[in-house]
Amino acid sequence: MTDAPPRPVPTLADLFLTYGKIGLIGFGGINAWARRVLVEEKRWLTDQEYAETLGLGQVLPGPNALNAAIMVGDRFHGTAGAIAAPGAMFGGPLVLLAGLAMFYDAYGEVPVVKAVLAGVAAAAAGMVLGTAAKMTQKLKPPPTLLAVGLCALVAAGLLRVPLPYVVLGLAPFGIAAAWRVLRAK
Amino acid sequence: MTATIFWQLVLGFGAISLVSVGGGIAVLPEMHRLVVEVHGWMSDADFARRFALAQAAPGPNVLVVGLFGWHVGGVPGMLTATLAMTLPTSFMAFGFSRLRARLAGRFWLRVVERGLVPIAVGLIGASGLILAQGTATGWLPALVTAASAVFVWRTDFSPLWVLGAGAIVGLAFL
Repeated sequence: MTDAPPRPVPTLADLFLTYGKIGLIGFGGINAWARRVLVEEKRWLTDQEYAETLGLGQVLPGPNALNAAIMVGDRFHGTAGAIAAPGAMFGGPLVLLAGLAMFYDAYGEVPVVKAVLAGVAAAAAGMVLGTAAKMTQKLKPPPTLLAVGLCALVAAGLLRVPLPYVVLGLAPFGIAAAWRVLRAK
Repeated sequence: MTATIFWQLVLGFGAISLVSVGGGIAVLPEMHRLVVEVHGWMSDADFARRFALAQAAPGPNVLVVGLFGWHVGGVPGMLTATLAMTLPTSFMAFGFSRLRARLAGRFWLRVVERGLVPIAVGLIGASGLILAQGTATGWLPALVTAASAVFVWRTDFSPLWVLGAGAIVGLAFL
């Protein structure tokens, strides 16, 4: 890597606060927001590094955002980081969600809240789609890898194939394509 | 929360977490089986309502299990279900992370890492499509989604701007 300015390394407190923020703004799911904050805002990881970490998080069992947070935390601060990052990512939203659930059970659906959440959800959906487009543009995958990505998009997003089949079914093709690309270098 | 429910939460969600390849939401059907069909803890409608709330709120999607636990056991139930769903696989991910650091730079590991990248990106796109199918209840929310996607793709401004705009549009028109 020949990035002009050296990339900053977070302190443990940075890691905790940043993952706390990612959790609390993570509308529509964590992954698109984690990329936004870790790659674009903090510059702790490159697009390629983030995508690789998330990819490994997806083939391992367990929530992929959690797996990725553990790997990112461990990378920068070992065991303490691997606890701080996911702990912050889950802690904030969990408290918020408990509050929301209690509120809903006490008062039922409030039309104003429902309308605002509907608007936010529509924007969040676009944010997630835009992130996928942006990552593809920045990663510049060769055609074979791009084809694997499109297969994942169509299978999971349009045909609604269960995710374990998509991940485990496409992984050999992705790995074979990457092998050809890296061997040619 | 009774001891019985505690163990049902621990064993039920612990087992589900081990097969959740691809993400927590991949196992939503198994969660439905556990909390609605096997234990009868909640109705279909309750299940759908809890899921919708967890989707609308920020944070990891898998936190919906916290709501399921909360439904049957209050705050202790929430913590039990969340930890049962996340702890076992966390240890695996941590072990893998250590292994990865030790093998860093090996050719085959780089091949595997690069090969999984398109799946990671494709699945982010897929979750965007699924979210959009759920939120596009008319032309206006569909327009918000499309505008937001272009904004996030083509600019480096914070996506919080489009969320704020979405909130205002929702408040004014939805």
